[in-house]
Amino acid sequence: MSTSSKLRRFFYNRLATVGLIIVLLVIAVSAMAPILPLADPNATDLDLRMLPPGSEGRPLGADELGRDMLSRLIWGLRVSLAVGISATVIAAVLGSLIGIFSAFYGGVLDNTLMRGVDMLMAFPYMLLALSIVAVLGPGLFNALIAISIVNIPFFARNVRGATVGLVRLEYVDAARLSGKSDMQILFGELLPNVLPVIFITISTTVGWMILETAGLSFLGLGAQPPTADLGSMLGEGRKSILTAPHVATLPGVVILVLVIGINLLGDGLRDVLDPYLRSGALVSPRPATDVDDQLRRRLDRPQNVAAPDASTASTRPSLEVDQLQTWFWQKRGRRSSAVRAADGVSFQVERGTALGIMGESGSGKSVTALSILGLVPTPPGRIMNGSIRYYGEELIGARIERLRHYRGNRIAYIFQNPMTSLNPLISVGEQIAESVRYHQSVGRGAARARALELMHKVQIPDAEARLDSFPHELSGGMRQRIGIAVALANDPDVIIADEPTTALDVTIQAQILKLLDSLRQSEGVALVFISHDFGVISEICDRVVVMYAGQVVESGTVDEIYRRPLHPYTRRLMECVPRLGERARTLEAIPGLPPALDDLPHGCRFADRCDVVMDECRVAPVSLRAVENREARCIRVEGQDV
Amino acid sequence: MYRYILKRLILVIPVLLGISVIVFLIMAMLPGDAAQAILGSFATPENLARVRSDLGLDEPLVTRYVIWLGNMLQGDFGRSYTLQRPVLDEVLDRLGPTLLLAGTSLVLASIMGMLAGIIAAMKQFGWQDALFTFIVLIGISTPSFWLGLMFVLLFSLNLGWFPVSGMTAVIGGGGVFDVLRHLALPAVTLAVVATGVIARLTRSTMLEVLRKDFVRSARAKGLPERTVIMKHAYKNALVNIIPVLGIQAGFVIGGAVYIETVFQWPGIGRMLVNAILTRDVLLVQGGVVVVAAIYVLINLTADVFQHFLDPRISV
Repeated sequence: MSTSSKLRRFFYNRLATVGLIIVLLVIAVSAMAPILPLADPNATDLDLRMLPPGSEGRPLGADELGRDMLSRLIWGLRVSLAVGISATVIAAVLGSLIGIFSAFYGGVLDNTLMRGVDMLMAFPYMLLALSIVAVLGPGLFNALIAISIVNIPFFARNVRGATVGLVRLEYVDAARLSGKSDMQILFGELLPNVLPVIFITISTTVGWMILETAGLSFLGLGAQPPTADLGSMLGEGRKSILTAPHVATLPGVVILVLVIGINLLGDGLRDVLDPYLRSGALVSPRPATDVDDQLRRRLDRPQNVAAPDASTASTRPSLEVDQLQTWFWQKRGRRSSAVRAADGVSFQVERGTALGIMGESGSGKSVTALSILGLVPTPPGRIMNGSIRYYGEELIGARIERLRHYRGNRIAYIFQNPMTSLNPLISVGEQIAESVRYHQSVGRGAARARALELMHKVQIPDAEARLDSFPHELSGGMRQRIGIAVALANDPDVIIADEPTTALDVTIQAQILKLLDSLRQSEGVALVFISHDFGVISEICDRVVVMYAGQVVESGTVDEIYRRPLHPYTRRLMECVPRLGERARTLEAIPGLPPALDDLPHGCRFADRCDVVMDECRVAPVSLRAVENREARCIRVEGQDV
Repeated sequence: MYRYILKRLILVIPVLLGISVIVFLIMAMLPGDAAQAILGSFATPENLARVRSDLGLDEPLVTRYVIWLGNMLQGDFGRSYTLQRPVLDEVLDRLGPTLLLAGTSLVLASIMGMLAGIIAAMKQFGWQDALFTFIVLIGISTPSFWLGLMFVLLFSLNLGWFPVSGMTAVIGGGGVFDVLRHLALPAVTLAVVATGVIARLTRSTMLEVLRKDFVRSARAKGLPERTVIMKHAYKNALVNIIPVLGIQAGFVIGGAVYIETVFQWPGIGRMLVNAILTRDVLLVQGGVVVVAAIYVLINLTADVFQHFLDPRISV
């Protein structure tokens, strides 16, 4: 990210700007204290003792010795600021040096220094400062030293952490080979790269250091008369708190404003410098995917609500997805643009059948699957258009209670990674049982018995013993069986399996597929099976939908598609499928990359990677064409638009 | 579980030793020595020599450390020059009120901070989150000693709801109600900063956990949002929050130094400040060692809780 865009980001953050203004103002006022038309901060005038604020010539009143409060505040602020900044600089320099040397030289030096730092951090922070002041004696300079020392560990740790990562990188070796000395590498190569970390640490500690030095002065351990900082003014003002409350109140207000300014500025700085915060890692998804307002209004109109009709329910498809558009809205500066993750996807599944959805990663298959019960994270996801019907009942825009009624009950998911999709802190038995309990309102005992039954059903050996196991105690295959048991908890009509076997090895994969297949046959479940692997899909599915760049590019029966793919993309995929007697069933890369979903080409989305592309392909969007009982999105295919 | 606690207890020993070394070194190595500190800069050489040999300052550093440590292990922390009584007696007398104050504050801060953090995470980008950001900012930017004074000014002096000072003993004083009346203002004041820090951490940890796959799994089961948040997300967040609660305990104990001064609370913090002002080095040393040891034990407890919550963590 360039410097100017960093600055722009910084100013978008309005609070940080407020912080910056406060801090600049405070620095300007303290710097100009000698030339401002202020009364002598130390001139006492017993006639003016404890004058309240608002008096003539003394806008903020006077203290217990009749000294001008405004002048004293500004001069005190100057001292507090100087001490706080000095303490920060000392701690930052020493701590960073310790950190950078420790990381660079490693070994015994690193061990010794870091153990020392750990020990210092094993102290309550304030007590360490007090011990140092105890030995050095009270005084502003000693307080400054104490506060610096206790803050060194924070810098040492953070800087070491950042440097250790860099030291292993190749450019350090390259610098060494080019004959640079250790010092040149340390300060020329490493230091500039850890500067952001140092600034982040400063931004989190400087406000704290100002508060702490003021605190020591308040206790009488810092600034000694006649020197006064805000803390010692507060401490002295405390004696006359009842008769002249402004004397103690005002210095505190100034500290508060200053530290608020610093913290606002620091937060803004971290937003800009910290890659973790920048990545948007701290945005949490809502309970259900947002539905576009216009779409919601359209769906709310009564004539569009297809009431589930008992007479036709059995003949309807279990699940129909029609022209589904789920987009991710991303913000760039002040503009937002849409990533069209699912862009007009349609398919349907009947009872007891299995539909495969196939495509590369990023083709929109998972987003399509998650849209069905509103599990696409919002922000950034939003359903923009389309219809999803479960036995005729519209699910898009349904109330969250309604979605919850279906989730895990009538429609269940099996997720890709059994490692991360089970809660690590809850026993697997409970993770199955809670779903039963919630949907069937049965007691704990009954739910647990049901969980055990399900674990038997998914062929977990020694299920009784594993009921109370935690996910990390089970193998990957076992975990995925638990994931399937969770999905089966309430005998769903539809199971959506999102790459359920990708994380597993081949034997386990075959077992899991067999299990799913038998469920489809014995329980009449409608199965939506998502995979990038045609081999896997062909084992279990009847029909298959091929997706590319958010769209369906071809659909048909597994057999037809295997024998005679219509779309060039499908053909390329099929070339990767091994024929009898061949090895390697994994999807080989097709040259080129899918188009960026926030900047799609006007014409065919596959054009840039297609080996039979023509000029006409790029002219206009290509629609799906029906050929016999299959569909393909290619202008070379003769057929009727759907 | 017991094995874990035992292992952790054994690991505590080197930490305690390290702390004792640091305290010893700070007291021994910085300019001026204890005798000078006790007698002041106008002490005669004879008096200095006498006090030095009293304190064993003539011996080599290592010998002095071993003797000092040995004495401490036998409960001999030396005598306070200003109070004319054994350091340990004074420290133990002062410990109760400090632990009561700091403990109450930490519990208050944990409850309020975690609640606020969870609500803010759930209502991200809503007005609750904005209000939260504002309150946390004030919380972590406020000088607690000033806030304490303001509370005294408002609630004690103007409204007369709480006593200004006068807390005596935790047990055998004016009874539970009296203790609570004295405790309310200082405990709330002391809790403010820690609440801000805990709330902020809870919010960001919750936001992070809410993005995890298992939260999606919980939602895919159709569990009510309350269950998703409290049972699935919060429990995982707590694993990361607990160690920070342990660290906050240290900040709360440190902050107690100010609060005890403002509210005239008869705890260790005030004792330390007075001891520093009167250069009673042994009293400072004793107080610091005992409080630091307690802090280590608090963090040990936090570790054990964390282990209890998360079966994956081992020593």
